[in-house]
Amino acid sequence: MTRRPRLLMLAAAAVLAFLHIPIFLVGLYAFTTEEASFQFPPPGFTFRWFGVAARNDDIREALVLSLGVAGVATTVALVLGTLAAGAVWRSKFFGRETLSLFIVLPIALPGIVTGIALRSAVNLAEIPFSFWTLVVGHATFCVAVAYNNVIARMRRTSPSMMEASMDLGASGWQTFRYVLLPLLAPALVTGGMLAFALSFDEIIVTTFTAGQQQTLPIWIFSSLVRPRQRPVTNVVALLVVVVTFIPIILSQRFARRADEN
Amino acid sequence: MLLALPALWLVGVYGGSLLSLLSQSFFRLDSFAGTIDRTPTLATWRDLFTGANMAVVGRTFTMAASVTVASVIVALPLAYYIARFAARRTKAWMILAVLLPLWSSYLVRVYAWKLILAAEGIINWFLTRIGLGPVLEGVLDLPVIGGPSLSTSYLGQFIVFLYIWLPYMILPVETALERVPISFLEASADLGAKPLTTFRKVVWPLAIPGIVAGSIFTFSLTLGDYIIPTIIGDSSPFIGLAIYSQQGVAGNLPLAAAFSFVPIAIMAAYLTIARRLGAFEAL
Repeated sequence: MTRRPRLLMLAAAAVLAFLHIPIFLVGLYAFTTEEASFQFPPPGFTFRWFGVAARNDDIREALVLSLGVAGVATTVALVLGTLAAGAVWRSKFFGRETLSLFIVLPIALPGIVTGIALRSAVNLAEIPFSFWTLVVGHATFCVAVAYNNVIARMRRTSPSMMEASMDLGASGWQTFRYVLLPLLAPALVTGGMLAFALSFDEIIVTTFTAGQQQTLPIWIFSSLVRPRQRPVTNVVALLVVVVTFIPIILSQRFARRADEN
Repeated sequence: MLLALPALWLVGVYGGSLLSLLSQSFFRLDSFAGTIDRTPTLATWRDLFTGANMAVVGRTFTMAASVTVASVIVALPLAYYIARFAARRTKAWMILAVLLPLWSSYLVRVYAWKLILAAEGIINWFLTRIGLGPVLEGVLDLPVIGGPSLSTSYLGQFIVFLYIWLPYMILPVETALERVPISFLEASADLGAKPLTTFRKVVWPLAIPGIVAGSIFTFSLTLGDYIIPTIIGDSSPFIGLAIYSQQGVAGNLPLAAAFSFVPIAIMAAYLTIARRLGAFEAL
């Protein structure tokens, strides 16, 4: 190991600070006593706004909707992502390249394109906006995350494991249930948590597929465009950070432990 | 069998949606009746290529390009440090520190900058404290990038774009730099190259695939974003915002549809070039 250049270390630390100070400030502002402006330093600290936010019906409903959509969309994405990964892994087939392109397309194209495309389809088909249009939208971009995690795991799994299971007389279902699924479990957990975090705070595709419904990010966005109840917005922002941080940190730990085994 | 369900979903739902979007762009808004005329026409595409709309495209393109260049400059030191100098445990920890903001709430991170850039916010407070207040005022007085306050200027907008997409640049550059064998650097030093020369002649060319991979994200994401221009800046339209308001307030879905093929076309061209430069191996 060579010596570490001091200047480079400082620059690296500065970039890390740049990435994290803003998130830290959101946490700080959730406790400010200032109601009307973004004054720094905050004139005082209080827990009051947490109570106000908890009693707000709009926020509670938005939170429930966001959690519900994220939960269902993650489940759909895991099933579809695993199936697609299985197909790409096990066989070469006509259109294989096209399928893998289609999987990454929803996250490679700008969100607004995905959003407006889905909306125009919903309009043309004259389907009313509902919980399920949101789920379809979210699942479409979550599939990519599930797929990436599962296929990475599959590539490190030897197909001979499954052949051995079949040779010993296990049915296709038994092989899946007792051999493949345990092997894929870490990838499914990691992919699922990331997909959940992605869906929970998604705003762009959501805006286009929500109709009149309000998810938590939509609530935050509308209170940013028309400022109202600033202190409550701060609290909700902190809540979203916490809800998305937990699955990310957990999935990282999980992935690392799976790598060590 | 395995394939049917995901293929149906992605190609059916997503491909179908994209096709329906394309078909919409050949309709036309009847501006008197305010309804959509569904006879195929190229009128909407002609509208797209008028001055005002092309100004939007130019503005977005300039912002995307400057954000991309700046993110390379900011990402390199951290990526280089992680790839080359950090010990194993520190490395895992630092990569998590880059991933956390990437995966955590995009909207909240934009909001954070509303707090930071506000006239009564921390930047103004800090600069005034250390006696640099006049410098900030001087910068804000500049034409084009300046404005009444940081949170309503292009400069502020640029900082927020840079902040939000930065992790997308750090990670692929780090991956690319990780693959540079230390022996290359030692060889360069043994042959008498100064650290800066080694960086320019050895590290930089090997980092290029990572940089191109990262720039796909920073560029594409800036092209399509409409949240940041809504919350920060003087609300002059970017492509994303134009699409959003055309389909929403103006009710001109055909023009919005045509507009959304601008980022798609730019990205298609960009990806073709990137593939030639070998960027996909660094993803």
